[in-house]
Amino acid sequence: MAQQQGAYYVPHGSKWPIVGAVGMFAFMWGAAHWINGNELEGHISIAIGAAIILTMLFGWFGTVIRESNGGTYNKQVDLSFRLGMMWFIFSEVMFFAAFFGALFYTRGLSVPWLGGEGHGAITNYYLWRGYTAAWPTNGPLDIGGAFHTIPAWGVPLLNTLILLSSGVTITVAHHALKAGYRKQLLVFLGFTILLGVSFLWFQAHEYIEAYTHLNLTLHSGIYGSTFFMLTGFHGLHVTLGTIMLIVIWLRCAKGDFSKDSHFGFEAVAWYWHFVDIVWVMLFLFVYVL
Amino acid sequence: MSWTARIGAALALVLAAGSATAAGGHPVPWQLNMTEGASPLSHQVYDLHMYGFWVCVGIGVVVFGAMIIAMIRFRRSKGAVAETWTHNARLEVIWTIIPVLILIALAYPATRILINESNTGDAGLTIKVTGYQWKWRYDYVDYQGRPVDRVGFISKLASASDVARQLDSGISPDAIKSKTGYDDYLLNVNEPLVVPTNTKIRFVITADDVIHGWWVPALGWQADAVPGLIHDMWGEIDTPGTYRGQCAQLCGQDHAYMPIVIKAVAPAAFRGWLAAQESRARLGTIARTAQLTPVPAPAPRG
Amino acid sequence: MATHAATHDDHDAKPSFAQRWLFTTNHKDIGTLYLVFSLIMFFIGGSMAMIIRAELFEPGLQLVQPYFFNEMTTMHALVMIFGAVMPAFVGLANWMIPLMVGAPDMALPRLNNWSFWILPFAFVLLLSTLFMPGGAPAAGWVMYPPLVLQSGESLAFTIFAIHLMGISSIMGAINIIATILNLRAPGMDLLKMPLFVWTWLITAFLLIAVMPVLAGAVTMLLTDKFFGTSFFNAAGGGDPLLYQHIFWFFGHPEVYIMILPAFGIISEIIPTFSRKPLFGYKPMVYATASIAFLSFIVWAHHMFTVGLPLGGLLFFMYATMLISVPTGVKVFNWVTTMWKGSITFETPMLFAVAFVILFTIGGFSGVMLALVPADFQYHNTYFVVAHFHYVLVSGAVFAIMAAVYYWIPKWTGHMYSERWGRIHFWNSVIAVNVLFFPQHFLGLAGMPRRIPDYNVAFADWNMVSSIGGFWFGLSQLIFVGNIVYTVYFARQKASARVWEGARGLEWTVPSPAPHHTFEVPPVIMPGMLAHDDVSH
Ligand code: HEA
Ligand code: HEA
Ligand code: CUA
Ligand SMILES: [Cu+2]
Repeated sequence: MAQQQGAYYVPHGSKWPIVGAVGMFAFMWGAAHWINGNELEGHISIAIGAAIILTMLFGWFGTVIRESNGGTYNKQVDLSFRLGMMWFIFSEVMFFAAFFGALFYTRGLSVPWLGGEGHGAITNYYLWRGYTAAWPTNGPLDIGGAFHTIPAWGVPLLNTLILLSSGVTITVAHHALKAGYRKQLLVFLGFTILLGVSFLWFQAHEYIEAYTHLNLTLHSGIYGSTFFMLTGFHGLHVTLGTIMLIVIWLRCAKGDFSKDSHFGFEAVAWYWHFVDIVWVMLFLFVYVL
Repeated sequence: MSWTARIGAALALVLAAGSATAAGGHPVPWQLNMTEGASPLSHQVYDLHMYGFWVCVGIGVVVFGAMIIAMIRFRRSKGAVAETWTHNARLEVIWTIIPVLILIALAYPATRILINESNTGDAGLTIKVTGYQWKWRYDYVDYQGRPVDRVGFISKLASASDVARQLDSGISPDAIKSKTGYDDYLLNVNEPLVVPTNTKIRFVITADDVIHGWWVPALGWQADAVPGLIHDMWGEIDTPGTYRGQCAQLCGQDHAYMPIVIKAVAPAAFRGWLAAQESRARLGTIARTAQLTPVPAPAPRG
Repeated sequence: MATHAATHDDHDAKPSFAQRWLFTTNHKDIGTLYLVFSLIMFFIGGSMAMIIRAELFEPGLQLVQPYFFNEMTTMHALVMIFGAVMPAFVGLANWMIPLMVGAPDMALPRLNNWSFWILPFAFVLLLSTLFMPGGAPAAGWVMYPPLVLQSGESLAFTIFAIHLMGISSIMGAINIIATILNLRAPGMDLLKMPLFVWTWLITAFLLIAVMPVLAGAVTMLLTDKFFGTSFFNAAGGGDPLLYQHIFWFFGHPEVYIMILPAFGIISEIIPTFSRKPLFGYKPMVYATASIAFLSFIVWAHHMFTVGLPLGGLLFFMYATMLISVPTGVKVFNWVTTMWKGSITFETPMLFAVAFVILFTIGGFSGVMLALVPADFQYHNTYFVVAHFHYVLVSGAVFAIMAAVYYWIPKWTGHMYSERWGRIHFWNSVIAVNVLFFPQHFLGLAGMPRRIPDYNVAFADWNMVSSIGGFWFGLSQLIFVGNIVYTVYFARQKASARVWEGARGLEWTVPSPAPHHTFEVPPVIMPGMLAHDDVSH
């Protein structure tokens, strides 16, 4: 329940939200043009949009950090931020759920049906005779041509270990922050960043391998689709997470965050753990099984 | 008919026609209700529909009746004074349980019909239906256990309607009539699907471009035609006649213009028709065969 | 940016227009922005509906090409759902939730402004497709592949617009959850909250759970079209029906997103004008939660005709039918609230009563649709169109109108014109039935939806429906007139309580509600809350 010490902080008007909205609009407008093949308009508009969004992020977070350091926020405000971050992460979980759902549905139901199992016998008989269900598959018409998958026990395993250890290092860093060991904080947060970057490095390597040697691409039927969309969106989240880690590392280096008030740090840590858990699911369902 | 005239003429009709039921082959003006159709399934579905409808009417009478009484009796202008009670657990339980019972009573027949509907085995005739933008292709697959030799054709909107339907065609839809005088605007095709009566027909339905919906109300169901998948359903027509339907799933700009017409004839007549088709196919006097790939769909606008 | 700690020193300072409306962090101003935006969208979406009804007035094509007709159907639905109804509810939430729980503002005021401002831009993106070569998306609001993949340039714009709307809704929902969980005044226990707050809390969870799923679905459309993936292509091992499953996993909860806050509104209004506390407060809360839960496991009732396995059909039929039970609990509790009350029929109450009856009629057709074999006949016909307009127009939209009449005195400090409110009501309630009731007949007679032209047998009821449509549309001008009158011209001042039977914190602040309220949490006195005695 809400107990009140001092008034809840309600900020003045701020130009950042609408600036952000304009930036998002420019970005999306550009992205749509770019996708439709209007490269030039697309690139310009995307660049403008991205620049506006970045400015907005700096401005907005700058304001929040200053307010926070100025002691404007009480416990209750802090809780609002926590709730906000929590439910934001939940929405991300649901975004991934859509793609995992696609994976489970095709693997578990629709591919077997195409192959003539159960309910799909007649479909197979009339339309796809000769196709037997299997996973991985690029479908009865062999879309994209034969391909190989990436073995789970090589780079993906390594990446799993990397992300799992990064989960440990960020926790250590958090404890260090709470205990007031700034140096240890910076070191372990730094490790986390390095682990994140190396994850991305390996992942990029893996993608290059897939495209150049394995003929595993976005065009490789349903396997390629689910594989790249799931790991791709995850990679995007790791990238964002890493950027966020770098930002808080810089803030820590500047001496921001106190022992008992460091929500920014925690938010990033939650996010990082979320990315971590998604990866474990990916490792299991995309690579191992 | 001008629209004023139509309203005038029809207002008289609406009372008389009440729950106008056509033979079930096609819709009629001022029609209010589903038709019983011409297949064992459609009769069952009609009964289920009416049953569901009356159940709803019954609940409606109770609920709206109570509301109306409340609105009349408990008005402040009538001097009503508000009570202060706020809850009653027993009532809540009652009006949770009664609807559950009603729903069970609805679900039971629905389940039985559905199970019947999904049994496509032992069909006497199998027809493959393929949707294209914006026409249907019919291929006769087997009849009475024997494969049919290359009988198949494309069925699309008849030209009279096709001309009249254009924007600014200057032709009134009322001017489009079949030989029997029926207003068949948009519900006529160049070549109907011919089927035997009193024969269980298995329809295996698919599409080649986008999703279509194959729907002849007199059969009692519609089935989406999904590219890459086969959807099978069955029907059995009990009365000879012409049965009309339409594509039911939005499939692009001419979605409104891909009707379905079934001509149901007695089995003997059907056998004759089929034999004639087969020999024509064999003699090669007809170019359209089941093996021929149909004309590719025209590109969408834009 | 203003960063100094002293926050509330500007009560009397006149902010510039930009400061007040573009940069605002005030929940009331943001609420107003949402409501105005929603009204504009209602008119845009309604104008499209008028084009639809005009083309369907008579058989034959008179006004538009079939493709353009499909654009209208698609855009009408997208604009009404994402532009009119959802933002209207968010606007009401913004205005009323802080007032109802005794909070100084929304929990995250800047985020709140961001949620709003994304919306107009999203709609610029969406509506701009109308003017593109190849036209706007025309595959229906459900955007089924493969059809939608045939769209021209518009597809990418539409998808990105939907992404933006999703982001806006999610942030709005997060804000609402944080406000309700964190900013309630001391003494405002969860089980004392007004039902409008409860229904919005649950709606917000639904939003966060399903908007990202929609984003995922349309993203797959994007990659299938532009990046060569095969999610919805059987030849590549995908399945066109996969899209439908994902879409409706979003789509069904979405329709409850559009009705639960309406339930909340009705649960505020009926007790007020019956001068009797809401009957069965707790069952109402639990029923809302059950509806929300069930809404996640019924999605395939939109896909009965695609060829699902028998077991699937049965499961989704039973689950769908079950939703009638908690919904019935709500209806019965509303009726019982009126029972032995002391009822008066001001405009909000008129709309609320019409809501209960007409929504229930829409619910009945919903239950009929849930019977799979019957749905094989109803699906994709005007019977479905009739069903969902009953629940959406005479349901959701009526509830929004009821809410506007109910709370506008609180917002503006003036009484609306009761006389014109009644005129608006009677025209709307009759016209809406003339508009949508005949569509049941059309559907049962066999008229498919999404067609610009039809056989002459469907002519008569279509004409009746169109006349109802124009009538209903014109009646809405009265609504706007009444709002403008109340805001700018009305003389009659509203008291703080406004309605004799009203209870709850929002009625303890003056009318119009001052720009800042409850900066210090209110002390809740016995009798102040509508539901302070439910703890048994
Ligand atoms: C606000 C929006 C809203 C609401 C609340 C509902 C509520 C319900 N809907 Fe509806 N629906 C839509 C919006 C909504 N729907 C839309 C937009 C579509 C079409 C989408 C598209 O294709 O474009 C649709 C389509 C749709 C279909 C698919 C039809 C088809 O395409 O073939 C079905 C099928 O089951 C269905 C069922 C139901 C049911 C069972 C309810 C139930 O929740 C209703 C429950 C209420 C009651 C039953 C009344 C009150 C209860 C009592 C008085 C108790 C006693 C009653 C009984 C025991 C029966 N709806
Ligand atoms: C909340 C959602 C919502 C709302 C409020 C409405 C409101 C209305 N809807 Fe719509 N509708 C949908 C959601 C909604 N609809 C959906 C989801 C679909 C399915 C789309 C699909 O198939 O993909 C649909 C489809 C749909 C169809 C079927 C189209 C087709 O299948 O081809 C029709 C046809 O009559 C229709 C009509 C109307 C009308 C007349 C109104 C009226 O209530 C509108 C009234 C409002 C106004 C008219 C605006 C205000 C007044 C003016 C602008 C003044 C000027 C007035 C005149 C000139 C008369 N709607
Ligand atoms: Cu084919 Cu609609
Ligand atoms: Cu639904």
